[in-house]
Amino acid sequence: MDSAGEVVNDGKITLEGFSVAARSFAEKWKRLNLSFPPWSWVPLNNRTLLKKEEGYLSLEKIIILSSLDESVEEESLDVRADWSEKEEAVDHTVLVQDVEDEAHYYDYHIVYSASYMVPMLYFRGYSSDGKPLSLEVIKRDLPSSSVSLLLESKWTFITQEDHPYLNRPWFKLHPCGTEEWIKLLSESSSFTGCQMPVELYLISWFSVVGQVVGLKIPHEMLI
Amino acid sequence: MAANEEAVKYVWEGAIPLQIHLHKSEVASHPAPPPALVLAPRIGYLPLLVPLIKPYFKDSLPPGEESIWFDYKGVPLKWYIPTGVLFDLLCAEPERPWNLTIHFRGYPTNVLLPCEGEDSVKWNFVNSLKEAAYIINGNCKNVMNMSQNDQEDMWTSVMNGDLEAYTRLLPKLKMGNIEDEYSRKEGLSSPISGQGGTEIDMAGQVKTARIPVRLYVRSVNENFEFLEDVPEMDTWDEISYLNRPVEFLREEGKCFTLRDAIETLLPEYIGDRAQTSGEEGEERTTTDVSEEAEGSQETRGEIKLIRIQGIEMKLEIPFSWVVNNLMNPEFYLHISVLVKAPQR
Repeated sequence: MDSAGEVVNDGKITLEGFSVAARSFAEKWKRLNLSFPPWSWVPLNNRTLLKKEEGYLSLEKIIILSSLDESVEEESLDVRADWSEKEEAVDHTVLVQDVEDEAHYYDYHIVYSASYMVPMLYFRGYSSDGKPLSLEVIKRDLPSSSVSLLLESKWTFITQEDHPYLNRPWFKLHPCGTEEWIKLLSESSSFTGCQMPVELYLISWFSVVGQVVGLKIPHEMLI
Repeated sequence: MAANEEAVKYVWEGAIPLQIHLHKSEVASHPAPPPALVLAPRIGYLPLLVPLIKPYFKDSLPPGEESIWFDYKGVPLKWYIPTGVLFDLLCAEPERPWNLTIHFRGYPTNVLLPCEGEDSVKWNFVNSLKEAAYIINGNCKNVMNMSQNDQEDMWTSVMNGDLEAYTRLLPKLKMGNIEDEYSRKEGLSSPISGQGGTEIDMAGQVKTARIPVRLYVRSVNENFEFLEDVPEMDTWDEISYLNRPVEFLREEGKCFTLRDAIETLLPEYIGDRAQTSGEEGEERTTTDVSEEAEGSQETRGEIKLIRIQGIEMKLEIPFSWVVNNLMNPEFYLHISVLVKAPQR
């Protein structure tokens, strides 16, 4: 079958390949994406399933200060420091005394799907008291461009499912046809024989998927 | 053909007698209502039983909005797992009737996915069917290409436990075949028709087939001799869930058994890489064994029980027979495993 050496032409990745790609992704992120904390590799060696080479990537406690101004066009990852002056755009039912009340925390996990042979992004949001955020609230934290993408297209959708390993409801982003656009990425690049080295698989994948949740990666990671 | 039909019929007719109690905090009538007795199809789902159960309790409920969930001995039950699987997994010693508690309030949203009744269950079913199709065929086109009406009819046949209707609709699904020497030799074929699930790759070699499997492993720390001695489960965290296809290897003169399949999923418990007690264990745990009194190899993990559709399986059965006859209507084979955990 497929070795872990290359991404097969069909845009999918094996379990072994995922482990390799994950480490390469985490390492480059740590080096080149200094505006974020690093990803950690969480091995799956709980008591009953001892496959040491398996695991998933985790990035947790990312703070997104939610924007109160709904007309923001760019990435709404900053707080509006002068929100008191924009009263007409503010939802008057929200009385914010303290900036901390509006801090939303996000956890992201990149988990391999053995069924579809592609990665999946699981995420959840919670407020500072640990209370989970609803999808409606989360959508307000997403860049407005991706919200319209989600609402209008069938390309990508968010579902709520049990985390495959943590036994709690999380949100999952499963873009349709992941393998198709990974294939396109391979073909349009200068890789020999359109074969993307497995080390770049997750970086390429995340360059697209991350944007949906407002996580951008620097261009240098793609080189 | 005859043997297959009979086996599948048994599976579809399998049912668990339930005794449903209203949670005492929600009893607003005096006297408290008696429990409801319901026969639950194994291949069905708990939320689908609500229309049958609710009439028993509606006069006893306090006013307010409802969000319905079930628990077994305090453990909230995941509504998207088929009822038969829940029973096989949570009741080491089968309890008949199975005593469950129903709640109409206080939905534990931190541990249970929201459920909007039949719609949620149907959505989950169709999604699982698509995932199974992707595993068997390499794509879910066959499900996407089904007309809306056919999809609806298929779901209705599952909801009603109508095997005849389901069998009539199967050819429209065009799911790939899961064949092997066993069914070919005996002249049996699965009720599924359509293109084969095995692909020939460019070198003309037969590739391995992939089988949709959902494995539920319940791990117990203490050793036990009888199932009734298995301690009660406190939380779902004691269960490891593995949603992973089994790669079905076809080798000349060799039969791929259930043991082989389990070995690919739980190599640490079975096969050459297993850390089992007995002669086969090659790898031995040398970690702290300070509690070893008797000198027996208590540090190993061990599979105690494997249940599929309520049947305790013999591992020598050809895996393809197991799949073709014991899978659920969404083409997934659900396997419940009880293990004694290795001691550290």
